[in-house]
Amino acid sequence: MHFAVCDFLLDLVQNSVEAGARTVSVSVTEGRGLVEACVSDDGKGMDEEELERAKDPFYTDGLKHSRRKVGLGIPFLLQSLELAGGSYGLSSRKGEGTRFSFAFPADGLDTPPLGDVAGLFLSAMCFDGDYELLIRRKAEARGVDYEIRRSEIIEAVGSLDDAGALVSVREYLASQEAS
Amino acid sequence: MAKMTLEQLRILREEKKGEMIKRDVEGKNIQIIVGMGTCGIAAGAKQTFDEIVKSIDEHSLNADVIIRQTGCMGLCHVEPTVEIVMPGMPATIYGKVDAATARDIVVKHVVGKTLVQNHIYDRPAVDIVKN
Repeated sequence: MHFAVCDFLLDLVQNSVEAGARTVSVSVTEGRGLVEACVSDDGKGMDEEELERAKDPFYTDGLKHSRRKVGLGIPFLLQSLELAGGSYGLSSRKGEGTRFSFAFPADGLDTPPLGDVAGLFLSAMCFDGDYELLIRRKAEARGVDYEIRRSEIIEAVGSLDDAGALVSVREYLASQEAS
Repeated sequence: MAKMTLEQLRILREEKKGEMIKRDVEGKNIQIIVGMGTCGIAAGAKQTFDEIVKSIDEHSLNADVIIRQTGCMGLCHVEPTVEIVMPGMPATIYGKVDAATARDIVVKHVVGKTLVQNHIYDRPAVDIVKN
């Protein structure tokens, strides 16, 4: 099981990249007593039957690891939401993409900690492939409100497989999170 | 901490480039790949990734090293996993790589060209691995 909300989100972004998405949007909003987040993509999508099966921990499409019997990313998140009294919306269209939005009660005893937001966005940018990542972040109480695109970061620092670039981007992201 | 602008990010990046040790070697020939699937994330691969980035930067190895993330490598039972491919060493997949082990791998494997024992889970031939 993942430790933090950011871990669930990174897992969803990794799914999107692996689903061949050209554009992945991720938003994280704190406010109104909720921690709300959404990941949407224009990847290969799922039909109704596949979408239902994606909620089953004992299902995987078997394409990547032929003998594997589990697919835990989405089931982990659903279990955590259920435990904490959260809510979610999961929709997908074959060939068009998938959207997963969810909300945890901010003060829920079983709500996972938010986690390392700057680290999430950094890792979300660093998967292989030529995809655009649109980041939308808001935590009104702390005066945090920003939008970032992966393409503008790459334009500023060059390739994201270089440690010097990654250290610089991490510092940039951490500064955006500062109150 | 004041919010940085993209221009400030660009300048910081240029400063980092200036710090790099210039080498005669053409291009980057060391690849470090961190597994970031469900299993990796649950086991703390984000911290592992962060530690590798920091350590490579501290050792001024930026000019030679490519750091990448991938999904599950198929070794879920020993996550976080890190694969290293570099000249002069067997391609190696390390498992159970927490932050301290990640630092160890950079120092011993990447810099010192010595395998980090007790964390090798795939790739090197059996006769190279000492128990």
